[in-house]
Amino acid sequence: MKALLLRDLRLAIRTGGGFGLGLAFFFLLSVLVPLGVGPEGGTLARIAPGILWVGALLACLLSLDRIFALDHEDGSLDLLATAPIPLEAVVALKALAHWLVTGLPLTMVAPVLAVFLNLPTAGYPWLTISLILGTPALSVIGAFGAALTVGLRRGGLLLSLLVLPLYVPTLIFGAEVIRRGAEAMSLATPLALLASISLGAVALLPFAAAAAIRVNLR
Amino acid sequence: MQLTLNNLAVARGGVTVLQGLSFTLAPGKALILRGPNGSGKTTLLRTLAGLQPPAGGSFDLPPDAVAYAAHADGLKSTLTVAENLTFWAAIYGGPPIDPAMQALDLVALVRRRAGELSAGQKRRLGLARLLVTGRPLWLLDEPTVSLDVASVALFAGVVRQHLGTGGLAVIATHVDLGLPEAQVLDLEPHRARLIAQDGFDEAFA
Repeated sequence: MKALLLRDLRLAIRTGGGFGLGLAFFFLLSVLVPLGVGPEGGTLARIAPGILWVGALLACLLSLDRIFALDHEDGSLDLLATAPIPLEAVVALKALAHWLVTGLPLTMVAPVLAVFLNLPTAGYPWLTISLILGTPALSVIGAFGAALTVGLRRGGLLLSLLVLPLYVPTLIFGAEVIRRGAEAMSLATPLALLASISLGAVALLPFAAAAAIRVNLR
Repeated sequence: MQLTLNNLAVARGGVTVLQGLSFTLAPGKALILRGPNGSGKTTLLRTLAGLQPPAGGSFDLPPDAVAYAAHADGLKSTLTVAENLTFWAAIYGGPPIDPAMQALDLVALVRRRAGELSAGQKRRLGLARLLVTGRPLWLLDEPTVSLDVASVALFAGVVRQHLGTGGLAVIATHVDLGLPEAQVLDLEPHRARLIAQDGFDEAFA
């Protein structure tokens, strides 16, 4: 199983594409929004949590279709489905690999980009915490969407339409954690909800995604 | 182990393409599937590989017995030959890859990226994967496509060696692999016919 994770990480790094693209998108968004909104008043500081979360979410979306589509094209998905590793584990490992090359780097650069967006100082620890708790859900929900669209040509747009509504709760609670953190309010409720969405997604969706892949391979 | 088919029917896209398949394949034997394009060879192999459910009947196989080699070789073009093969070996429990590399004459290509190989070399690498799976039943879908004469002979030797150790193989091919002990199954008599034999004019009669 470690071999599959290492292979996916190696492919992501060698092929470029997904991994660099998501980060570049996140960077561009965080640089362009302040230029568009302008420096007056506290506008930028007020919208910073939302912008950062929307940026992370869209950056994540960019590389989702690669999770299974590439393996389906070159036939490895058929071979993995007949391999001794259960398909549920394949899905979970591929989602983990996706998180390691998108969610984790996004979380690490977010505090730097938050400076551009004038995020209040009190919000920084909560920015990191909310992204660490929330981005695994983005990868796992994304893997589920990718599994549903695996056999389709140019399924990228359909994938976005399927996955974006499922991202909404994570977006709402993720941004809420940062906003409340920045204003030093109580944030136990959104934090708990954010964590529970991630845990629920990680626990259940690999099974749903594996079932979707089995149907799509027929 | 042995492979037994009991009145098996297979379907593609909801349409039954083959039906009434019954035979037993003993250890050390190979079965060659013959039939024109679209007769359901690939569908039968995918069904036996467990990728799709049978449309009717059943087949008996021990769990984890199958190594499937499809039209696509499942190679990653940015990984080297050794990395590709090592990955599959690790998935199947980590046997050494050197015997497989030697058997299919890949040793000289070890450090080349799979994307830089010729079609025939890619095929040989895809077939080398079979050797690292350690599975007794090989399901081979047109294994000799894009192989030259020498490579076909090389591969036939690999299959013969596999059969010699008690392995089984079901092979869909149009090329004579030179396996004298192989049984041949002609799929033509098993092709499913459409139920409606009358013309479409029936609706207007």
